[in-house]
Amino acid sequence: MSVVLPYLLSGISVGGQYALIAIGYTMVYGILRLINFAHGDVFMVAGVMMVYLSASLPLYISMPLMLILTVIIGFAIERAAYKPLRSAPRMSIMISAIGVSYLLQNLAAYITGGLAQQYPTVPGISGSVNIGPATTKVVTLVTPFLVIALVFALVMLINHTKIGMAMRAVSKDYDTAQLMGIRINAVISTTFVIGSFLAAVGSVLYFTNYTAVTYTSGAMPGLKAFVAAVFGGIGSIPGAVIGAFIIGISENIVKGLEAMLGMAGINLNIGLATFSDAVTFALLIIILVVKPTGLFGEKATEKV
Amino acid sequence: MKNLENKRGTLITAAIIVAVFLFVGIAEKIAPPSWNMLFMVLKKGSIYALIAVSMNLLNGFTGLFSLGQAGFMLLGAYTYGIFTIPAADRASVYQYFDGGVVQFALPVPVALILAGLVAAAFAFLIGLPVLRLKSDYLAIATLGFAEIIRAVFQWNVLGPITNGSNLLRKFPVFQSTISYFIVVGICVAVILLLINSSYGRAFKSIREDEIAAEAMGINLARHKMLAFCISSFFAGIGGALLAMYQTSVQASIFKSAMTYEILLIVVIGGIGSISGSVLASFLYIACSEWWLRFLDQETILSAAGRGRFIAVMAVIFVILLALMVFRLVKPKAKSRVRYGVGAGICGAVLIWLIVFAATGQTKVPLLRNGFRMVVFSVIIMIIVLFFSRGIMGTSELPDLFRKRIKSEKEEVAS
Repeated sequence: MSVVLPYLLSGISVGGQYALIAIGYTMVYGILRLINFAHGDVFMVAGVMMVYLSASLPLYISMPLMLILTVIIGFAIERAAYKPLRSAPRMSIMISAIGVSYLLQNLAAYITGGLAQQYPTVPGISGSVNIGPATTKVVTLVTPFLVIALVFALVMLINHTKIGMAMRAVSKDYDTAQLMGIRINAVISTTFVIGSFLAAVGSVLYFTNYTAVTYTSGAMPGLKAFVAAVFGGIGSIPGAVIGAFIIGISENIVKGLEAMLGMAGINLNIGLATFSDAVTFALLIIILVVKPTGLFGEKATEKV
Repeated sequence: MKNLENKRGTLITAAIIVAVFLFVGIAEKIAPPSWNMLFMVLKKGSIYALIAVSMNLLNGFTGLFSLGQAGFMLLGAYTYGIFTIPAADRASVYQYFDGGVVQFALPVPVALILAGLVAAAFAFLIGLPVLRLKSDYLAIATLGFAEIIRAVFQWNVLGPITNGSNLLRKFPVFQSTISYFIVVGICVAVILLLINSSYGRAFKSIREDEIAAEAMGINLARHKMLAFCISSFFAGIGGALLAMYQTSVQASIFKSAMTYEILLIVVIGGIGSISGSVLASFLYIACSEWWLRFLDQETILSAAGRGRFIAVMAVIFVILLALMVFRLVKPKAKSRVRYGVGAGICGAVLIWLIVFAATGQTKVPLLRNGFRMVVFSVIIMIIVLFFSRGIMGTSELPDLFRKRIKSEKEEVAS
């Protein structure tokens, strides 16, 4: 147990952080049918902004300011890069997303000079704590609860408010929703605002854990969060959250598999930890082949 | 009449291609060393051209949105490296793995073809499960496979073959630019012949409408698999050439960012245009590696030079801005958005210039390591948003040299 526990804990924590990013992917996909490749980079930009803002401002100003700026960036990206392509083929809007991702990464590389930046310590969650035999950061314990609270709030928003109803309608049938007088652009903007906000919260948790922010540090978490969204059934928020926890945990289990097997008396020294990223994609391919709509995805009938 | 016009375009294109090859072949022999940059760009550009064309075959002509190109390039690059390192050098390359298990070296042409075949074989295995998936799901599954392949090649247990996460080096490489051009030329020509064959027409019909294609008797699974394998075959050869160009191979460079880069090239050139992809590759490499290089250098101007710089820039951009605004306010102006964005960019440059002039410093602001890529990605975004058909759209080079009257006639007819 003493060997398994640290890996399990960090798996749950990373899973929670992926979940916050994955919600942004799954909501945007549900409404626009767009893989928003720039979402992982919005997450990274939130981290970079926090580094620079906290250098000159106290935390109680810099953190809310970072959240607001990230939301504005998410909103602006949608307006500038996706809205003009609303009627274009789906591939061009996805390519536009790749272009935005490229732009954000290069901008961050320019501003940071390509060097890793030290993430500021956030009082309250950066400290260490002992759980039984394992030592971990407080953020590891805070993450799952915060994620569950945020997801609960989001589900309430979607099920019990007018804008939430509009979102559900748009994701069900884009054209009909428009005919029923729903302001599509407002709904899409709200989706991006919520997604960017959650990604910004996720970035605080993630970078408090890993502390180094580079211009590429959004790419892998972004990709994994998207995989989590597909895994759970894209378009479904509970699916994305559960998928993210599964991905986070299995990634960390693979990291620690040799140590765990060593405890059980099986000595393997073959560097299985190399596959901690690959296992995510292996899971993705298995689920796509076995159940293409994901764990909680709705069955879609192919329209002829 | 129609045949004659077709021939005219083809002849001019053939003449241009021959001229380019002759130029590269001769210039390389006689050019001074200061031309090195040009040849580097030509080499890398030709490799990217092959990879972009192979991706276009899949994404543009068959309509399968695959993002696995970097993985197949990795397979090609590694296959080439593993089988061509001279036996004498293996001990030093595989120093952590006792010289590795492969103890022979294949001749370069055989290894190049083998690189393609290995990539195609893996494509076949990967294609069996994933080609049943549609659009986005196919994209993400192929992307996932590329990442898995990258992890496998970095695995230490396979070290005796792949050298783990260490470099493969000391394999034979092409020294001259023309060798790259010839290999790429042959491959692109084969793809071109394929696209104009009955297979090519089947691919295009799948792109246009899968169900209609199936109704016309096209075996969807077989043709999709064929396109996937052929595309991967050429991506593998492209990867092998890239390995030669870099003189070393490491799995960690074949990230998904590389696939995105190639996809952007395909889009800039025009999805569904071979000559567009080729042109875009050279332009893309030239811009990113050469023409925009000055943006990365911190530049300090002398007082006189500064005045001249500001004056020249101001004149150029004021004229450009005036042209854009003139287009914008003209009644019944077409494509207002494009000119609006153009005017916005000119305005931004002018404001930057005014700030520069007002502060009185001699160091050109903003120019610093990394600025090149920022400007470059802004250019790409502008192309993606406002010129989404790319340089060539779906037309090919010969189409450009046909008489205008004919295309107008076609428009009337359609």
